[in-house]
Amino acid sequence: MEIDPFIFRLSIFILSIFIGYYVVWSVTPSLHTPLMSVTNAISSVIIVGAIIAALAGTSESVFSISSIFGFLAIILAAINIGGFLVTQRMLQMYKKKKDKNK
Amino acid sequence: MISANLSAIFYLISGVLFILALRGLSSPDTSRQGNYFGIAGMIIAIVVTFLSIGNLSSSLVYVIIFLLIGGAIGAFIAFRIPMTAMPELVAGFHSLVGLAAVFVAIAAFLNPEAFNLGIVGRIKLASLVEMSIGAAVGAITFSGSIIAFLKLRGIMSGSPITFSGQHLLNLLLGIGVFVLIFYLCKTQSVNVFWTVIIISFLVGVLLIIPIGGADMPVVISMLNSYSGWAAAGIGFTLENTALIITGALVGSSGAILSYIMCKAMNRSFISVILGGFGADSASDNTKEKKDQKPVKSGNAEDAAFLMKNASSVIIVPGYGMAVAQAQHALREMVDKLKKNDIKVTYAIHPVAGRMPGHMNVLLAEANVPYDEVFELEDINNDFANSDVAFVIGANDVTNPVAKTDPKSPIFGMPVLDVEKCKSVLFVKRSLSPGYAGIDNELFYKDNTLMLFADAKKMTEDIVKNLD
Repeated sequence: MEIDPFIFRLSIFILSIFIGYYVVWSVTPSLHTPLMSVTNAISSVIIVGAIIAALAGTSESVFSISSIFGFLAIILAAINIGGFLVTQRMLQMYKKKKDKNK
Repeated sequence: MISANLSAIFYLISGVLFILALRGLSSPDTSRQGNYFGIAGMIIAIVVTFLSIGNLSSSLVYVIIFLLIGGAIGAFIAFRIPMTAMPELVAGFHSLVGLAAVFVAIAAFLNPEAFNLGIVGRIKLASLVEMSIGAAVGAITFSGSIIAFLKLRGIMSGSPITFSGQHLLNLLLGIGVFVLIFYLCKTQSVNVFWTVIIISFLVGVLLIIPIGGADMPVVISMLNSYSGWAAAGIGFTLENTALIITGALVGSSGAILSYIMCKAMNRSFISVILGGFGADSASDNTKEKKDQKPVKSGNAEDAAFLMKNASSVIIVPGYGMAVAQAQHALREMVDKLKKNDIKVTYAIHPVAGRMPGHMNVLLAEANVPYDEVFELEDINNDFANSDVAFVIGANDVTNPVAKTDPKSPIFGMPVLDVEKCKSVLFVKRSLSPGYAGIDNELFYKDNTLMLFADAKKMTEDIVKNLD
């Protein structure tokens, strides 16, 4: 009997939780704020679903009810991608002593 | 158009890049590189999505326009936001992820053909469960984050809002959502689907309103975690590896941060969620004590004198420093002290501020080198060998009561051993108790000098007096 592809996705999911667990524990506490902002930024990969939904319209009807929700989700997720820039700005500030004032 | 297998591999690559993005944060040196991995992962995921959809209809133009509009707004916010507003920004961004998850779930429910999930009214059962869980968690994340945002921004009072039967109501609503999802699977009814989403919005609001301001570090971490689980739910629906990996990473990251924050307050996660902490409890008996005990207070001149004659000073910043935006003045003060060959370090309690690592970011913004900033366990033994502790905007995290009085609500919470310093300078606007609603014994110690003023103004005055 063939294995349902769902099981494979579930395996990826469970293993990723473990990866996340170990990776996050190794994050230095002083970088916890950038950690939150970068985890938030990578969540915007949900835009993938939004794009699929938005592109589902046909030439005659670009804006169906479901594609409108897709378009709205694209805007939300795209704003959220700005989280990478926020993170970058924060990380630029973490400098060692010698970098500055000497 | 690229094949489904090829695009799956690219999604996997972008998932791996996201793991590397988090991995980079293990040290400030590698963190910037990590962030670039994250950006690369995002670009790959977006491009592959476009390539994997064969017949690009005329919708494409609109998709790109909306993408650019959103991106421009995001970039604008990213460059304009002051570092002190970071907690509310993160809360706000969480709400976006939550709402996006809800919208994608709605789109998938209304047009399942586009996602290969079956047809309207006969969506695959597993997909239906996944998308409704994604939508429900997304909705909770959205409304919860909005409340957290309003509280952090000060638009809504930070004090807990409680009413009788609150927890019972939450429990019933929570069970209701599950029952409705079950019902949805049987009927595939659109109305039930909408009801699930609306109730979940309500749950999000009810979940966060009873939680007070200083528990915000836990709340933000928790919402971070929720946004991850919502993304994972959608990831399962869309059968997308990048989204599943990301959801799992974000979900576990937020959960770990909540755990760390709870531990730093010696409170259980459940007690934080139930909320109501610091509403009114202990304030009665402390009032009498306050009138009786003498307090030594001083001015900027005294403080400058004390610090000038010290050989080592430890700074203890807290939320009050963020409110007063005193980090730059503080840095100036420390520069002056260092010129006099005084050793200065910073001690940061894990829950200082309104989100994990809040103080570290503010100090970094003021150009304080990160190797002068220490966490609780790394610096706590140094207080006994230091001359002056300069407490600016922190309160409960320095209260010795946590070690001595088993009846105190904060008993057992790890605190900074500030009182072991030869002298303590405590910048505070008044003698009012901190968030936990209890009096700080530190105020009445012989070696404590209270500096009653706004944190920023006091620090600036001390700077003047140091010349």
